[in-house]
Amino acid sequence: MGLAVGCRAKPGKARDNRTGSWRVFKPSFDRGKCTKCGMCMTLCPEGCIHQTEEEFVEPDYTYCKGCGICAEECPGEAIAMKQEEK
Amino acid sequence: MMEITEGSHAIAKIVARCRPQVVSAYPITPQTHIVEALADYVADCKLDADYITVENEMSALSACIGASAAGSRVYSATTSQGLALMFEACFNAAGMRLPIIMSIANRALGAPLSIWNDQQDSISLRDSGWLQFYAEDNQEATDMHIIAYKVAEDHSVLLPVFVCFDGFILSHTYEPVDMLPQEDVDKYLPKFTPYEKLDAEDPISFGMYATPEYYHEFRYEIDRAAKRAADVYRAAAKDFAGMFGRDYSGLIEEYRMEDAETAIVAMGSICGTIKDAIDEMRDAGKKVGLVRIRVFRPFPDKEIAQALAKTKRVAVLDKNISLGSKGAVALEVKDAMYGKTIPVLNYILGLGGRDVRKRDIAAIVALAEKGEGDMFYGLRKEVL
Repeated sequence: MGLAVGCRAKPGKARDNRTGSWRVFKPSFDRGKCTKCGMCMTLCPEGCIHQTEEEFVEPDYTYCKGCGICAEECPGEAIAMKQEEK
Repeated sequence: MMEITEGSHAIAKIVARCRPQVVSAYPITPQTHIVEALADYVADCKLDADYITVENEMSALSACIGASAAGSRVYSATTSQGLALMFEACFNAAGMRLPIIMSIANRALGAPLSIWNDQQDSISLRDSGWLQFYAEDNQEATDMHIIAYKVAEDHSVLLPVFVCFDGFILSHTYEPVDMLPQEDVDKYLPKFTPYEKLDAEDPISFGMYATPEYYHEFRYEIDRAAKRAADVYRAAAKDFAGMFGRDYSGLIEEYRMEDAETAIVAMGSICGTIKDAIDEMRDAGKKVGLVRIRVFRPFPDKEIAQALAKTKRVAVLDKNISLGSKGAVALEVKDAMYGKTIPVLNYILGLGGRDVRKRDIAAIVALAEKGEGDMFYGLRKEVL
């Protein structure tokens, strides 16, 4: 994709900003500990955690910035932040 | 038609003939007469433009950015502290690729407060992405505004331009200026065709957020556009010369450089004095020449290196100082001359309106011949 002259953009273009590239620590979800309470989904500032068909949660790593709020707030300590190798 | 007119008024008159649709500026000495005259034209229905009055320069350029994004041909003018206040908006105008033309009546920057001339103001924005043209006299300052619109609005450039001329020395001086009539300006400068514009029916944002994956490339694109502007400028100035007989098509101008041993490099009105001083030195048998930089951005490094290739020494005169380093022009001339054995000496002079006379130019040439340079010229030792 070529760059738009003057960084001009139509509405909705922000979706193209893959904020996942900002991540240093990556949340990893332990399904054994997860109680499917949905707290992480509610509190994720990026709104990028969604439920799978088995009602477990998983983030969209394309947009997950690695802020760690989900891990901090998870009542079952089911989310661990691990340094990511890039 | 030849008119004896004040520099500011000549510029205002020609700018009006470029048919800007929006003018926004804040008065500041020595730019005031330009915007005062344009405000008069609008009030007297002689110029069909919106004149947006604002509370300061930051707002003036911001209004221009909005108007240019909406697809209008836009004009502003400022100097010194006013330009400093526009700092942030300057980078935005260039980054959004908006072809705004702004006159800079060059003036010193405070503190200490000074209303008089040097070129510190526009030089301090050399990294902003604005193209910078420097005029030697009012004829050139006037003509350059027309050429500036042509270059800026070219879709391969789309960058704003400072048209710089020395405050008071040019802005407040009456001299004969051949004013192009409206039909000539119209013939040379077509109606502005924006590349893209704001439209409520088909919304678009300018200068959006760029993540680290894109920012680097955006800066590269702006730099490329600035460099492409060199050829666009040459072609636009050549067209101008073909139509009206005045040739500004060199990014630099060489004066008596054919066999020069000492070359002076300078910008702006000081070059008139230098040319007279060179004539006198030539009469006395000294082989001195001048390379005048007309276009400082994009910087004509190859032209300068070529023009200076056969000289024995180069004296670069800077009416600015990158404090803690050297004059901005000297730094870039030294870069252009890298790897050559010709000494490039820098002289800081004429700051804050200190007059530069022919004898000062002769004294600088004498210093250069002795190999003394990289200094403030003409310091008053008794006050230090």
